[in-house]
Amino acid sequence: MLLSVRNLRTYFDEDGRVVKAVDGVSFDLERGETLGIVGESGSGKSVTNLTIMRLIPSPPGRIAGGEVIFDGRNLLALPDEEMRKLRGRRIAMVFQDPMTSLNPFMRISRQLTEVTRLHLGHGKAEAYEHAVHMLEMVGIPDARKRAEGYPHEFSGGMRQRVMIAMALSCKPELLIADEPTTALDVTIQAQILELIKNLKQETGTSEILITHDLGVVAGTTNRVVVMYAGKVFESAPTGELFSRPGNPYTKGLLQSVPDPTCDTKELFQIPGLPPDVANLGPGCPFAPRCFRAEAICKEQFPPFVALTPSHHSLCHFADEIYKGAS
Amino acid sequence: MTTPPATPLVAISDLKVHFDLGRHRVVKAVDGVSLDIRTGETLGLVGESGCGKTTLGRAVLRLVEPTGGKVLFRDVDIASLSRRDLRKIRRHMQMIFQDPYAALDPRMTVGQIIAEPIETFDLANGNDKRARIQELMATVGLSARFINRYPHEFSGGQQQRIGIARALAANPDFIVADEPISALDVSIQAQILNLMERLQAERNLTYLFISHDLRAIRHASDRVAVMYLGKVVELAGGKEIYRRPLMPYTKALISAVPVPDPEVEAVRRRIVLEGDVPSPINPPSGCRFHTRCPYAVPACSQVEPGLVEIEPSHYAACIRISAEQPDIEKVAPGATPGLNNGV
Repeated sequence: MLLSVRNLRTYFDEDGRVVKAVDGVSFDLERGETLGIVGESGSGKSVTNLTIMRLIPSPPGRIAGGEVIFDGRNLLALPDEEMRKLRGRRIAMVFQDPMTSLNPFMRISRQLTEVTRLHLGHGKAEAYEHAVHMLEMVGIPDARKRAEGYPHEFSGGMRQRVMIAMALSCKPELLIADEPTTALDVTIQAQILELIKNLKQETGTSEILITHDLGVVAGTTNRVVVMYAGKVFESAPTGELFSRPGNPYTKGLLQSVPDPTCDTKELFQIPGLPPDVANLGPGCPFAPRCFRAEAICKEQFPPFVALTPSHHSLCHFADEIYKGAS
Repeated sequence: MTTPPATPLVAISDLKVHFDLGRHRVVKAVDGVSLDIRTGETLGLVGESGCGKTTLGRAVLRLVEPTGGKVLFRDVDIASLSRRDLRKIRRHMQMIFQDPYAALDPRMTVGQIIAEPIETFDLANGNDKRARIQELMATVGLSARFINRYPHEFSGGQQQRIGIARALAANPDFIVADEPISALDVSIQAQILNLMERLQAERNLTYLFISHDLRAIRHASDRVAVMYLGKVVELAGGKEIYRRPLMPYTKALISAVPVPDPEVEAVRRRIVLEGDVPSPINPPSGCRFHTRCPYAVPACSQVEPGLVEIEPSHYAACIRISAEQPDIEKVAPGATPGLNNGV
C-alpha cells in the first residue's frame, strides 16, 4: 500500500461558521494504481488532496483529524522540514491552470532545474541536461531551445506538458493531478491524458486524478472515489462503478451526462443544488435531491455499506441500488 | 428530425469578421462562413478555442461588425440596418452567455434584470409587467419570491436561469446560446439543457447552440457545424456527424471526447492529433488543418477546400474525399478525389 487516507477531516472557520470541506474521507491507493476522485465544485475533492500535501492555508483552514499514511508514515504528523523534502520529490502535483503554477518571470529551464538541484542534488550542468531530457520526454519539440523561453511563450497544452515534466522530474512515487485537462481543448486533453498514461507506465508512478468529468476517469483509472458534500459517497473499481453503481448520486451523475453512443431525448436530471457544507442536517446530505430518499434519509446519517469487499456506498438503500431494483 | 425545405430563419452567407491588429497582422476569426439556420431547429456550432465560433455567434447578432458577407434574418440583411432598425429587430434575437454572473448587472435585482428588455421594447407596464416577470421566472424554474434578490445571492445554475429568463423576456424567435452550460457543475448542466429543450418546444424557438462540448452538442442539436480556424469544415445532422464523421479534423475531435463507459474506452481507437491549433493570425495556407492532418498530401497546403455535399445533407471540406469516395481511409494514398469540387 502506497497511500492510505483514514477518516480525514479538514475544516475551515469562516465568519463563526465551520465549513466541513472534507469530513471523514478514507481511501487507499496501491502502488502503480490510478485512483480517480470525482465530484462537483465544493465536494471537497481538491481540499482532500491539498490536505495530503499539507498545503491547507491555516487559518482559516485546519486539519481536524485523520491520518495520511504514505509508505508507512503519517504525513500529518511529520515535521515541516521532512514534509518539504517529500513534496516535489516523492509526491508531486499538477494543477488545472498551468499559468498560475509557473513563475511568469522565470525561464522554463530555471524552473525545472530548481526542483532537481534541491531534491536530487544535481549540479548545474546535470540539472540542465535532465531538464532538457524531461521536456523531450513530455513531447516539447525543440526542447533545448524552448527551455530558454518563458511560460507565456507556450500554449496552454504546452504549459501543461511543462508542468508534467516538472512534476515527474524527480521520479515521484505519487502524482496528484487536479483537473489537469479541464482548461484544455478536447484534442489537447486527449494528448495530455495519453502522455500521463504512457509516462506512468514508464516510471511506475501511482496517480490520483481529480476531475469532474466521468468520461476522463472511465478511460484512465483503476478505482474511483465519488465525493459529495465533503464525504465519500461511493468507492469502487472503475468498471464496476460504471456498470453497477451502488449510490443514487453516482447513478444520477452517470445518467445526466449525454451519452454520445445512444439516443435519449430528455436527460435525466438531478434536481436542486449542492448543499451548503457549513449547514448540514443530521441525515444524508444528498437526501433533498435524491430520487430514492425516504424519511430515514433526512433523520439518520447513512451507513457506508460494503457491497463487495472493494465496493462501498454511503446510502441507506445501497444494496437495493446496487442490485438495480431502483 | 423533420426538415421541410422552408426558407431559413437566419441565412449566413460568406460572413467574414477580421480583426486588424496593425502592422499587417489580421486575425481572420471568421473567414467566409455560409450557414442556414432553419426555423425551430437547434444548430450546434462546435470547435476548439480560437476557432471563431463565439465571434460567429456575435456577428450573427451584429454584436461585432462583420467585415464582409451577409446575415439575413427573415430576409432582412442585419449588416446593412441602421441602428434604429437594428434595435427593433434585436427584440427577436437574443443571447445566453457562458458566464452567467458576468452577464448580469450585479447592482440590479432579478426583477429589474428581467424587466429591462420588456421596458426597452415597451412590451408591458405596471401590473402587466410584474405579472410577466413572475411568469418568466416560473417558466425557468425560479421562485417568484426571489424577485428582489441580487445575482450574487444565486448559484451558477440559478444565475443561468436568470439569464435565460432575460433572453426570453422580449419573446424572441432566435437565441444564440454561447457555451450556456460550460461554467456549470455536471449535475446542473442537465437541468439547463432540459430547460432549453422544453422552452424550444413550448415557444418554437430557434437556437444557435455554441459549445466546445461535443457530448452536449450531440444531445441538443438537430444539425452540427464544426469550425476550425474561422471556417466551417463539416456540417451534418447531429447523430450523423457523430456516427460517421468524414473530415479528418471532425474524426479526431470526436475520437478525443472521453466516453463515460470504461468498456468503450478500453477498446476504442483514439486519433491523437499532433501539435496545437495554429495561430489565427496568418493561418496555414490551403486547408487550414493540413499542418495537423494525418491524411494531408502536398495539394492540401495549396488548395482551399470548399464545403461540398459528400452524402445527402452531409457536407465536408476536404479535397481527399468526394461523393464517390467519401471514406478517407479507403481513398488511395496520395489521391485527391475532391480536388475538382468547389475549389
